[in-house]
Amino acid sequence: MGIVTLYLSVIVLLPLAAVFAKAGQNGFDAAWNVITSDEALSTLELTLVISLVVTAVNAVFGTVIAWVLVRDPFRGRGIVNAIIDLPFALPTIVAGLTLLTLYGARGPFGFSVAYTRIGVAVALLFVTLPFVVRTVQPVLMELDPEAEEAAASLGAGPLTTFTRVILPNLVPAILAGVALAFARAIGEFGSVVLISGNLPFKTEVASVYIFGQIESGGVSGAAAVSVVLLLIALIVLSAINLLSRWSLRHAR
Amino acid sequence: MRVSRGARIGLRTVALGYLTLLLALPVGFVFYKTFDKGLGAVWDALTTPNAIQALELTLLMVAVAVPLNTAFGVLAALVIVRGRTRGRALLNALIDLPFAISPVVVGLALYLLYGRQGWFGSWFLDHGIQIIFSTPGMILATVFVSLPFVVREVIPVLREIGTSQEEAATTLGASPWQTFWRITLPAIRWGVLYGVVLTTARALGEFGAVSVVSGKILGETDTLPLYVEQRFQAFDLTGAYAASALLAAIALATLLLMTKLQPKEART
Repeated sequence: MGIVTLYLSVIVLLPLAAVFAKAGQNGFDAAWNVITSDEALSTLELTLVISLVVTAVNAVFGTVIAWVLVRDPFRGRGIVNAIIDLPFALPTIVAGLTLLTLYGARGPFGFSVAYTRIGVAVALLFVTLPFVVRTVQPVLMELDPEAEEAAASLGAGPLTTFTRVILPNLVPAILAGVALAFARAIGEFGSVVLISGNLPFKTEVASVYIFGQIESGGVSGAAAVSVVLLLIALIVLSAINLLSRWSLRHAR
Repeated sequence: MRVSRGARIGLRTVALGYLTLLLALPVGFVFYKTFDKGLGAVWDALTTPNAIQALELTLLMVAVAVPLNTAFGVLAALVIVRGRTRGRALLNALIDLPFAISPVVVGLALYLLYGRQGWFGSWFLDHGIQIIFSTPGMILATVFVSLPFVVREVIPVLREIGTSQEEAATTLGASPWQTFWRITLPAIRWGVLYGVVLTTARALGEFGAVSVVSGKILGETDTLPLYVEQRFQAFDLTGAYAASALLAAIALATLLLMTKLQPKEART
């Protein structure tokens, strides 16, 4: 216990404490002023809005993909199942370069999402794809097909069966996946940095803003915005914790 | 759900179409772009002194972060699952922190601690040790971001195997140390290995956190991911693609290893 706590403290907790200390160094008002400055506010707003949109899109597609992987035994399913984790295994900078190559100005499609908010969203869609799939998939596997068959034999159409029988069972898993994806999206840096072009007030997300502040010596500002990100991440993490306890209780 | 054939194929098309546009096409296209100019050009781009230095530094990150976090991971999992001390739940929650924190914030945190004006930075500098904008800082960043993987993989396995075998060993006179090496470790080995694979992948590929604390000195403090960006910014696309393809190939190998390990893990 002692060694474990010491290691965790030195590697993780102490550095994080330094961020909080730096942000609060000149008092709460100073930090608040930084956070509510035009550029910081716009970057935080952009980050939150894009992350929400991206996680919502991946909640839908993630659920569909999970359903197809569990209930639709097609050829090559094993390969598809394996490449779902690619965004976890691929270094983020490579992901960014990859997307920029295909969907950027010199790509083969004749359109470009480089330096646009859509480009930022595409990068975030890429890195957050596995979360919902991987949380929904095991729940769907455990789900008894009998209830669905009963619903169908009682005359429910596929859509009714899905919304009334399947979906309610999946909601906790979808929400857990969404929370993880959201936490990842608000802090994402590597995949976004090339494709976004980092235009203030347009495509500059929070992590890129923090990076810019560090580079230009505005460490206090960087720390203040970092604290906002940290707090959001903490809230999301505790939400996942509560959610899993709640769903465990209701499973019994 | 007994869906009609049409609906099933429709959903399959949606799922596969999305995956193709988002994952398969972009990654495939980068490989295509890389080998467009022939294998020789790729080899040349990967064997420049700067590329080799980046590869060596990347391997150093892995060589330090993986053993440290594996040892910590197994120990922490044992404490969380088998321990009786208070605060285990808190520890369990805190271990996930690195997953939820922006890599840039990790870099900033280390900078504030070990930078020139940081809490400990001046002490280290007085003793001739530069941490930020140098290799030690990059190692610390890598260890930070790859910390939770082994713990997360070992905890469920440890819960599942239960304590009866360990108790039997203890009753038969085995020391805690013997019980761990002979009973517990063999039982959790697939979980540990799976965690090691994930830790390695993350340590190889970390960009944001390492980027903040690296001095970005070409030929000195570049890792492969940093080298990709550096080449891209220098308009050397061949170099950027070659390094990307190497990292992507490693990522694909990681996926292959993960699928090979997963069924075994389920069997234990």
